[in-house]
Amino acid sequence: MIEVKNINKSFDGKQILYDISAQFLGGNVNQIIGQSGSGKTVLMKSIIGLFKAESGEVLYDGRNLQEMTEKEIKILRREVGMLFQGSALFDSLTVLGNVMYPLEMFSSMTRIEMEKRAKFCLERVNLIDEKHHLFPGEISGGMQKRVAIARAIALNPKYLFCDEPNSGLDPVTSLVIDKLISDITKEYGITTIVNTHDMNSIMETGDHIILIKSGRKAWEGSKNDIFEEGNQDLEDFVFASDLFKSIRKKKTENNNQ
Amino acid sequence: MKRLFEDIGRYCQLMMRVFSRTDNRRMLWRQVPSEMVKLGTDSILLIAIISIFMGVIMTMQVILNTENPLLPRYTTGLMLRDTYLLEFSSTIMCLLLAGKVGSNIASEIGSMRVSEQIDAMEIMGVNSANYLIFPKIMGLVLFMPILVTLCVALGLIGGVGVAAFTDMITMDDFVYGLQYAFIPFYFTYSVIKSIVFGFIISSVSAFYGYYAYGGALAVGRASTNAVVKSSIIMLLMDIVLTDLMLT
Ligand SMILES: Nc1ncnc2c1ncn2[C@@H]1O[C@H](COP(=O)(O)OP(=O)(O)OP(=O)(O)O)[C@@H](O)[C@H]1O
Ligand SMILES: [Mg+2]
Repeated sequence: MIEVKNINKSFDGKQILYDISAQFLGGNVNQIIGQSGSGKTVLMKSIIGLFKAESGEVLYDGRNLQEMTEKEIKILRREVGMLFQGSALFDSLTVLGNVMYPLEMFSSMTRIEMEKRAKFCLERVNLIDEKHHLFPGEISGGMQKRVAIARAIALNPKYLFCDEPNSGLDPVTSLVIDKLISDITKEYGITTIVNTHDMNSIMETGDHIILIKSGRKAWEGSKNDIFEEGNQDLEDFVFASDLFKSIRKKKTENNNQ
Repeated sequence: MKRLFEDIGRYCQLMMRVFSRTDNRRMLWRQVPSEMVKLGTDSILLIAIISIFMGVIMTMQVILNTENPLLPRYTTGLMLRDTYLLEFSSTIMCLLLAGKVGSNIASEIGSMRVSEQIDAMEIMGVNSANYLIFPKIMGLVLFMPILVTLCVALGLIGGVGVAAFTDMITMDDFVYGLQYAFIPFYFTYSVIKSIVFGFIISSVSAFYGYYAYGGALAVGRASTNAVVKSSIIMLLMDIVLTDLMLT
């Protein structure tokens, strides 16, 4: 479980996050949703510690990130996997090399064991053998995302962070990725936090959702509550598309009957 | 001015991280040979061409501009040798390298920064400054003596070429000048200077790449900064080193 308490963050005097608190449970896909520029990435990076929040606490199963020594942070990092908005694969390494990188850096496995583990992770994300020796520039965006997931789970993380796992992907691939993240989370009991503004993935996988609006937490709930609640900010976000507007219309008509 | 001190502070912090905790010694040193190739051997051709041509041209210039009966004929060889040993093989060569290698380092690390690859390393718990920058510094610094030697040798060969293929100066006069009052320490001096400069080029360029923020534009800005700033710092250091070692 990851607990966030009263996080504030600003850049050069410009405040981006205001007093955000939330709890993210293990074995759940926790989503941070909100419009582009609302501060989702900044929040996620503050939780991980890539950005230093001015005030507030982040607790990883009770361990306070702000009070950790550099050594303790290093140990924590081994338990964290992250999928970046742009995949962030290492250009100079092959697909297999990318997945093996954290193993080579930190595990005491032999080369053969590492390769086995990396291939297992790649299989887990449905990437076939013949792609393993290509470089990131030679595979499609969706494949890059899958390699990035494989790399993130290589060291069996307890906490998985995904920044917009399905931005720039077609709806089908997008679903595959969502399902993958959800399956892995359930299978290994990982505490997963996903940034997204994709309504499909919110409705598919959002076990627990918080909505961020201009740096403030505007709503919290689960995918089942989304259409029930009367929160204005939530409705502004959810019903931005005509499709969902018509769903809401139907719903209110049904209720009135 | 405040900006300058901030940058110096951040640079020192970064260098402390570069030379502190190593996560995996084997993985770190494994990169050094390939950095040597990328930064060192790939620069040999550029350095070779410029050294040899400047050797030829400087020899000719010295001959043409010292047609004075009071100056002994061997002055030409002497001047060529000392110019190459004292300044050309270190300062001028490193200014050239700053343009080639510096921009290469800054844009490589900068693009890793903007595409979040550095963040990805940090998340894994890797000391990215150490992993990315240390091998580049080592690769360039260790290769520097080779480049200096090559540069001096080719420059002098250029001069010998002038003596051999033109009748501007006789070979005897030229070679006598090359050997006249030779101070071996000058070579050591040049190697030391070039090692310092190699460190400046690689670390300053890495600094600008490492702290790039933004998109592709930021990478371009970082590599321009890398070339300009490392050249200026090198020239300042040149004064300091000359003062320290030769006076
Ligand atoms: N390193 C930084 N320095 C200064 N400002 C930043 C930095 N990173 C982000 N910001 C600012 O923080 C705000 C929120 O950005 P953020 O990347 O968190 O948005 P987001 O919700 O992730 O959007 P998207 O859905 O487009 O990814 C933006 O106004 C951005 O300009
Ligand atoms: Mg984002």
